[in-house]
Amino acid sequence: MFKSVYNWIDERLDVTPLWRDVADHEVPEHVNPAHHFSAFVYCFGGLTFFITVIQILSGMFLTMYYVPDIINAYASVDYLQHKVPFGSIVRGMHHWGASLVIVMMFLHTLRVFFTGSYKAPREMNWVVGMLIFFIMLGLGFTGYLLPWDNKAYFATKVGIQIANSVPYIGEYIKIFLQGGEIVGATTLTRFFAIHVFFLPGALLALLAAHFLMIRKQGIAGPL
Amino acid sequence: MAHGNKNEKVVYVGDSRVRKPGGATIPPDYTSFPGRSEAFIPNFLLKEWMVGCVVLVGFLVLTIAHPAPLGYPANPTNSAFIPIPDWYFLFLYQLLKYPWVSGSYVAWGVVGIPGVAFGSLLLAPFLDTGKERRFYRRPIATALMLLSLVSCYYLTKVSWDFYQHELEITGTIPEHTVREEKAREAAAAGKEPPSATKPAEAVELVDADNAEVKSIMEKAGCLTCHATDLKGQAGANIPALRGVGDLLTKEELAEIITNGKDKMPAFGTDLSAEEIGTLADWLAKQKATE
Repeated sequence: MFKSVYNWIDERLDVTPLWRDVADHEVPEHVNPAHHFSAFVYCFGGLTFFITVIQILSGMFLTMYYVPDIINAYASVDYLQHKVPFGSIVRGMHHWGASLVIVMMFLHTLRVFFTGSYKAPREMNWVVGMLIFFIMLGLGFTGYLLPWDNKAYFATKVGIQIANSVPYIGEYIKIFLQGGEIVGATTLTRFFAIHVFFLPGALLALLAAHFLMIRKQGIAGPL
Repeated sequence: MAHGNKNEKVVYVGDSRVRKPGGATIPPDYTSFPGRSEAFIPNFLLKEWMVGCVVLVGFLVLTIAHPAPLGYPANPTNSAFIPIPDWYFLFLYQLLKYPWVSGSYVAWGVVGIPGVAFGSLLLAPFLDTGKERRFYRRPIATALMLLSLVSCYYLTKVSWDFYQHELEITGTIPEHTVREEKAREAAAAGKEPPSATKPAEAVELVDADNAEVKSIMEKAGCLTCHATDLKGQAGANIPALRGVGDLLTKEELAEIITNGKDKMPAFGTDLSAEEIGTLADWLAKQKATE
């Protein structure tokens, strides 16, 4: 049954090469912890992706309850945390995952750096990876405001003050982020939009590029 | 279909828009790396999933053991709150506290140093162009990276220690901890946890128009911290005086006024023993449940 459905689609769209490209590749000995335990350092990239998937899924569930306006934002998080079944677990995963993804990405970056894997011909993949790093920091910064408690509010206020001290363009960055004269209602909706639509969109595009390049070039050889 | 066997793949050519596969499914080539290579699907992926499951269980245990913190609703007029960013921004936060990258040199702090550091990280492959990959044969790149790591660790640690010190000297307990404590106390007493979204019901003042007490309070400046309506400042961890009689006895109140407690200064020298007595007497009468 499954096979005939697959064949029916494959006859028309020729999908086999698409997934064979992804599936048929070798995992060389030097990156396989089953052969050399020290090769676990090559797992950090995969774990970063794993945690990123958890972040996307838990974030999707959080938006079912979260309300991005200054009257209800805190109340909705409070409700989610204390009243919704498993709400504290979903929010806990998103909260701790945010730190974990930074840790994993940091370790992955160090592995690539110290094994010299960013060298020719993989320069572009390193640059894309660093852009992913910056996007993740942006996600961390914008996500911190969303619970709308005092910690969130004052950290964002300080963050925007720092951005404001950038010469020449600081004022514009501040207005862009705040959406007004103070950290308030428009800041919250802006940070929500940036956190939930703009940055994840950019992140997915960059991740696709990152994975496409690693598939095209293969993993760097042993040292 | 064309071959009579419906499970056999038929490739349309001619007017079909589907490309005829010219050996598109290239058999895996396992020759580029010597040694014990392994197929990604299914062998390696299965192992990866097992590791993934272990990581996921560990992660779930963490979230159950340590719920995500949540303080009290944002109050822009709260002037006593000590701001703190997430831990991975602490190194930047700390950097900007040094006089040589703040004030009139702030451009160095917000653009100069982070720009050079992150810029060179971004462009590392174009700065470190040698063929050598082993880190011990690339002393400059390795040394710069190690130096940055040590600096980030140092700045983060200084920033965090300073935050802890600030909490200590101001007698502040982080709001999410206060909330958790209160919820735990309420649970132990078999009550609903106090809601952070609904304002606490205002306890009526007993003997509100006592002129003598008013003048003593004015003299000592009680209202500056405990608020003109005597509701305290929840955000700054300053207790309400309404209903304080339910929590403390007259003697305890007199003791706190005379010698201070936590953030509260001592008033033993500013007020006479008689005044303290009157005040403590009045405060002890402030009970919600008559």
